[in-house]
Amino acid sequence: MEQKTQEEDQIVTPWEVAAEKGGKIDYDKLIDKFGCQRLDQSLIDRVARLTGRPPHVFLRRGVFFAHRDFSDVLDAYERGEKFYLYTGRGPSSEALHLGHLVPFMFTKYLQDAFKVPLVIQLTDDEKCMWKNLTVEESQRLARENAKDIIACGFDVSRTFIFSDFDYVGGTEASTCNLDYFSDVSIYFQEIFKMHTTIKCDMDPAGLWFCMVLLFEISPVSCHTCASSAFTVEIIVQFLLQEHGQDCKVVGIFGFSGEDHIGKVSFPPVQVDMLLAAPSFPSSFPHLFSGKDSLRCLIPCAIDQDPYFRMTRDVAPRLGYHKPALIESSFFPALQGETGKMSASDPNSAIYVTDSAKDIKNKVNRYAFSGGQDSIENHRKYGANLEVDIPVKYLGFFLDDDAELEHIRTEYGAGRMLTGEVKKRLIEVLTELVERHRRARAAVTDEMVDAFMAVRPLPNMFS
Amino acid sequence: MEIACRRLSRELQIVFSQYEHPVVLTVEAQDKKQRFYIVSALAETKVDLKVLSQRLGLGKGGLRMAPEEALAEILQVPLGCVTPFALVNDSARNVSLLLDQGFKSQECCFFHPLSNDMSIALNARDLDKFLNSIGKTPTYVDLEANPTVGKDQPPDLANLVPSDAAVLAVPVEKQGSSQGSEKIHISVNNQQNAVTAIKPSNASSTKEKSSGAASSSISYADTDKFVEEILEKTKSIVLSEIKEENAEKYREQLATLVSNNISKLGVELKNIATIFKNTAYTEGFKAGIHHQPKRT
Repeated sequence: MEQKTQEEDQIVTPWEVAAEKGGKIDYDKLIDKFGCQRLDQSLIDRVARLTGRPPHVFLRRGVFFAHRDFSDVLDAYERGEKFYLYTGRGPSSEALHLGHLVPFMFTKYLQDAFKVPLVIQLTDDEKCMWKNLTVEESQRLARENAKDIIACGFDVSRTFIFSDFDYVGGTEASTCNLDYFSDVSIYFQEIFKMHTTIKCDMDPAGLWFCMVLLFEISPVSCHTCASSAFTVEIIVQFLLQEHGQDCKVVGIFGFSGEDHIGKVSFPPVQVDMLLAAPSFPSSFPHLFSGKDSLRCLIPCAIDQDPYFRMTRDVAPRLGYHKPALIESSFFPALQGETGKMSASDPNSAIYVTDSAKDIKNKVNRYAFSGGQDSIENHRKYGANLEVDIPVKYLGFFLDDDAELEHIRTEYGAGRMLTGEVKKRLIEVLTELVERHRRARAAVTDEMVDAFMAVRPLPNMFS
Repeated sequence: MEIACRRLSRELQIVFSQYEHPVVLTVEAQDKKQRFYIVSALAETKVDLKVLSQRLGLGKGGLRMAPEEALAEILQVPLGCVTPFALVNDSARNVSLLLDQGFKSQECCFFHPLSNDMSIALNARDLDKFLNSIGKTPTYVDLEANPTVGKDQPPDLANLVPSDAAVLAVPVEKQGSSQGSEKIHISVNNQQNAVTAIKPSNASSTKEKSSGAASSSISYADTDKFVEEILEKTKSIVLSEIKEENAEKYREQLATLVSNNISKLGVELKNIATIFKNTAYTEGFKAGIHHQPKRT
């Protein structure tokens, strides 16, 4: 009889998140496996001390629970060295749900508390490739998403939003004196020339940006170039050249430098490079010129950790600080803690466009309850707080620690019923969504233009 | 208006010419949400409102010809004289402009300069100059294209739908919908004499937390309204706490209680303040990019 030698592990990658056999995600195991660190209470207290305000609810409740090098960032901050924040979104759909808002809400807190600038990347090019959208549609989605992001309350005098199609095509191209949008094939050739001659005045991070663009545009729109395999080859050659044979890409995404590149799956390389460059201050010459030692802090969900590991490996070789990460757990779907929310199932999430009625309906009908099956049993045994979704959601969005504690105690003991907890959740969520909607209504296209304009931010550290 | 228009054109040094050139026809359309569109096309271009409606994401029958009153009010031109130049009027600031991409290939086209007893010929570049100078972005569209619009093919012109509905003194909608009195989005360049609908902010209920005031989307950078809103919210908190029963229950602690609640209000007020700041910055930004440098 064959024995199963390996238990089915939980899967956490940027493309898939699944718990072990329908259970919960084990975050301790994840931290061990990834090699990042726990955000412990002493760090949280330190944040409160340094910023002079109570730590954000996500820190207090352990939503943001892991990090890499965050203590270094705090050390530097104490010495008077500031940092900048970098976060982003792949604008794949117009509808944003609460899970999407979580990193932005936290980032806003970081911006306000530490008084530092923020760059927000909209990877419209990545989504364009994946979802077969036209460039225009991808850019339009990016702008629509930008409005929801702005509605989270970012300060325009310290925030720069950029979309890959606009910024990368524009600024970086202009440093090579090219009119990218007018002739893609010439651009392709120029980059290739630059690469082969090796003499390049462009900053490595900037070159990376161009390589990314090259990589994306050639399979899609460039008629005169060869195959996409050819393009990928250029990129990997570049990587090997820069970093030697012990190319770090091997460990993370599992292909060797010798493999013919045609075999390599497209997304990892591309996305990795997409995310690398904004972690370096030199990618934003209009903001950080001369500040090569400026640190970068990246709030993200923990499944993004692999993306940044390569960047962190490469940074010192390019002369930059490794970007620091501060990582969150997953926002559970309404139906339960077995994975992430998915934009394709509208009942798995509360959307920012949901009406009060929708919210009430969704919570009442779909929110997975940890309560017992009968009131009798419930009074006897109490609720299972480990799997109860309303209590979890309150953990995210109910600011009052005392009230949350009260609910947890009463509900866990069976004295409070599911209905009451859900009712409170509905109130909290409705208020949140309403506030967001109101802020969203104030965002005009001109405001998006302002946030996305390549402009100096003179007060970004004050 | 004509004189102003000519002067504008002169200032921008747009070249006029007198030769035979194709005529441009312009129509004004509106959708179900009181948003207006001007479609300018060469005479031989076939424009199908139903197709455009789909491409804009308004569904099959979303777009129809705007009635004469709208023409008069929004564009301030009489029937038969609809022209892109009418966008120089402030009342037309939320009108979306769709230009036939065929203009670009013509050397010059004939447009009405706000009255139909004469025409001006200019080329697409100069039209762009004019539009940019009044703060409008020229958008050229292949008006004859009929792409399929479906689940996987989003409407390709969706970004041309105005974000704000036009403000009408006389609501054109006849079906009794409360468009006129509902939240009216007024763009940031708020005019003093525009119609505003202000919902009275609800006094807070007996709950301790302040309920979000239902004041609607008025100009987000208007200092008076901003301060009023702050005072309203604070007042409603204070008043809701200072009630007979509470005074009895809390006595000396009432002051602390009120004070705490006002602090909680701080979060909400910071949000409003951020909106205010961002709006004011955006106004400045927009003014900056349209700023005409002094002639040296």
